[in-house]
Amino acid sequence: MSQPKLSLSGISKSFPGVRALDDVSLELYSGEVTALIGENGAGKSTLVKTLTGIYHPDEGEIRIDGEVVTLTSPHSAFELGITAIHQETVLFDEMSVAENIYLGHAPKTRFGTIDLRAMHSKAKTVLEGMGAGHIEPATLLKELGIANKHLVAVARALSIEAQIVIMDEPTASLSHKEIEDLFVLIEHLKSEGKAILFISHKFDEIYRIADRYTVFRDGGMVGKGLLADSPQNEIIQLMVGRSVDQIFPARDSSIGEQVLSVSQLSHPTEFHDISFELRQGEILGFYGLVGAGRSEVMQALFGFTRPSRGQVRLDGKPVNLKSPADAIKAGIVYVPEERGKQGVVADLPIFQNVSLPSLHEISKNGFLQLANEFALTREYTERLDLRASSLSQHAATLSGGNQQKIVIAKWLATRPRVIILDEPTKGIDIGSKAAVHEFMGDLVGQGLSVVMVSSELPEIMGMSDRVIVMREGKIIAEHINDETLDAATLLRDAAGIEEVAA
Amino acid sequence: MSEQKTIMRHIPDRLDSPLHSAIFSWQTLLLTVAIGIFVINSFASPYFLDPWSLSDATFNFTEKALIALAMALVIISGEIDLSVAAIIALASTMMGIALQFGADTPVLVVVGLLSGLVCGAFNGLLVTGLGLPSIVITIGTMSFFRGISFIVLGDQAFKGYPIDFAYFGQGYVWWVISFEFVLFVVSAIIFYALLHKTNFGRQIFVIGNNPIAAQFSGVRVGRVKFLLFCLTGLMSGVAAILLTSRLGSTRPSIASGWELEIITFVVLGGVNILGGAGSILGVVIAAFIMGMVTFGFGLQNVPGIVMSVFTGALLICVIALPIVVRRFRKGAIE
Repeated sequence: MSQPKLSLSGISKSFPGVRALDDVSLELYSGEVTALIGENGAGKSTLVKTLTGIYHPDEGEIRIDGEVVTLTSPHSAFELGITAIHQETVLFDEMSVAENIYLGHAPKTRFGTIDLRAMHSKAKTVLEGMGAGHIEPATLLKELGIANKHLVAVARALSIEAQIVIMDEPTASLSHKEIEDLFVLIEHLKSEGKAILFISHKFDEIYRIADRYTVFRDGGMVGKGLLADSPQNEIIQLMVGRSVDQIFPARDSSIGEQVLSVSQLSHPTEFHDISFELRQGEILGFYGLVGAGRSEVMQALFGFTRPSRGQVRLDGKPVNLKSPADAIKAGIVYVPEERGKQGVVADLPIFQNVSLPSLHEISKNGFLQLANEFALTREYTERLDLRASSLSQHAATLSGGNQQKIVIAKWLATRPRVIILDEPTKGIDIGSKAAVHEFMGDLVGQGLSVVMVSSELPEIMGMSDRVIVMREGKIIAEHINDETLDAATLLRDAAGIEEVAA
Repeated sequence: MSEQKTIMRHIPDRLDSPLHSAIFSWQTLLLTVAIGIFVINSFASPYFLDPWSLSDATFNFTEKALIALAMALVIISGEIDLSVAAIIALASTMMGIALQFGADTPVLVVVGLLSGLVCGAFNGLLVTGLGLPSIVITIGTMSFFRGISFIVLGDQAFKGYPIDFAYFGQGYVWWVISFEFVLFVVSAIIFYALLHKTNFGRQIFVIGNNPIAAQFSGVRVGRVKFLLFCLTGLMSGVAAILLTSRLGSTRPSIASGWELEIITFVVLGGVNILGGAGSILGVVIAAFIMGMVTFGFGLQNVPGIVMSVFTGALLICVIALPIVVRRFRKGAIE
């Protein structure tokens, strides 16, 4: 590996008030995966946008095969053989798989129109070549699941013979099995000599698939090297610039009386016969693969969707939750998985987000009391160590981790009995992650009860008192989380297989 | 972004002073434009600065502006009501029918308000109950309401409203200050408080920004939207009373084309046509601007059709300007 396929040096990029990238360098080598690691806000997204021609760097140079290139537009990046696969794939739902793969470079007939037959057969060849022969080129993209959409995005990359493939958190919304498939595919890309940039928050994935790493912190490059020579702690140290003693806080909460009991909750299509109970001061983990019906159960508990059957009791008394407003009144709150869509109101200030469900408590005869709103917001956001320049800052301007803190602060301010956290640390940086985990420990210490839906095994095993595993809309197993519980058991339950090479 | 990170950090309420944000706001820009138009009008015509002329000028906008106040709330919530002018026609027709049965002024007022409210509730039920886009529903009810008017009246008109009914559209509270103008000022204050100072108003902004997150935060989105359509219907009923009183008659073509002028007031006032942002103060200033321009053009004997070209051009500029400025700024950043 003498010469890097792609090298960046001295790249800087500023936005008003923020130096997003500061003298950054990065090398990608053919046939190797380089992991880009950093907390949210470290400049990873800006770098991806620079590499794909969306942003133009203020300083520095980009070389491909040793030659200086300028990326003036996404199109020029495309022509230079750079392609990116994003966290949320940017493809077209209403178009077919083949059209998505060949958009912009479709084979033409001699009349200059698109040669559909050639396009379909070429798409089929590409898909089969990467072991995704099960995807039909004529299928509309919207009919595919997220994992298959990723495969289409990869197929697109292969079809333009991109030499440099950027994968921006490709595993964020994939299940365990789908991630495995993706890794097989990445190995395939490596063997074809592609230079791959892999961005992920998950260390196990990085160690599993990447050869090299580059760490960003606060817009600067703080370290790089071969993963084989670098233990995980060393990299975490580089990322946060401080030592992370323990990933999961130890806690000694006493589990009390039963608070919530759910019996035989059913939904026509999403889940069947869900029964469980939750005690005071307990963290109940819900583990399962994506699509197991966990979020749907939680949204029914929160009154957002209506179950067809079943009963919910709070402190032994039946409650009828017809809307989120009812649930909030009863003391059940829900931190949704889709933060941007369901959690924060992006274009409103922080304080208006936090005070929203508590407005009737802190207003006078229906009139807003700004001083109360600021006081309430300050109390809860400071407890969560929110990083913001002011409480009037719009939520949209904050990082994912800080937005999550706003959503949690909003719910804590309602002084709930039960807090449901749906993938609470999905897509947020390791620092915020630790803060959220620590805070969950505080919450149960104060007598709240927590239901945590998570697809990350370490989180489930590190935080829960009890674990319920769901598969295909049903509860498969329930485990007390003690020394005897191992990850392999949970995985087996979730995936519905007898043996797992874990 | 800073390197100094302490455990418990104090976060200030706001960075800019309220004065700073007030100076660089859309309302300030509008106010400047309004003053400019006032000065131009004063120089252009010797009749403009007369108190009675100015008082007459207010009649150009008070009725529309009353509806614009409610329309602003609807648009901020992410919906729209195109049926407002048709509601005026229907409410006025209902008052005319009541008149045929010998109704006196108080009964006429109640009929006008109730008709507006019922029409608004009908819109609200269709939008929130069926979950259909309000632009489609209210295009439908626009034809529906005015159609009923045409069926009832044909080419006829209701006339002969009681003498004391004329007060609403023609009466003066004190000197040159008309009843309509006073009603508008009082309504503007109430709507200002409702939108900017109450929980209900906050919920309108939240819904306009992100209806799903609003619902996930316990806001009863359907109920708020339903109430807003009722409110717009009610204000259309109020406008119907004023307009019928001022004209002294009801024809099915009454107030035709007003919905677009009303939406122009709202958008010119800085309300985001896509919802989520806006202010009552802006809408009030915009109403004054439109009223003064109409009156100024009238004094110069500019034909009405030119006024409508002007209104159209203004609407496009106002919607395009903020977007172009934003794009320009973004371009400068990149």
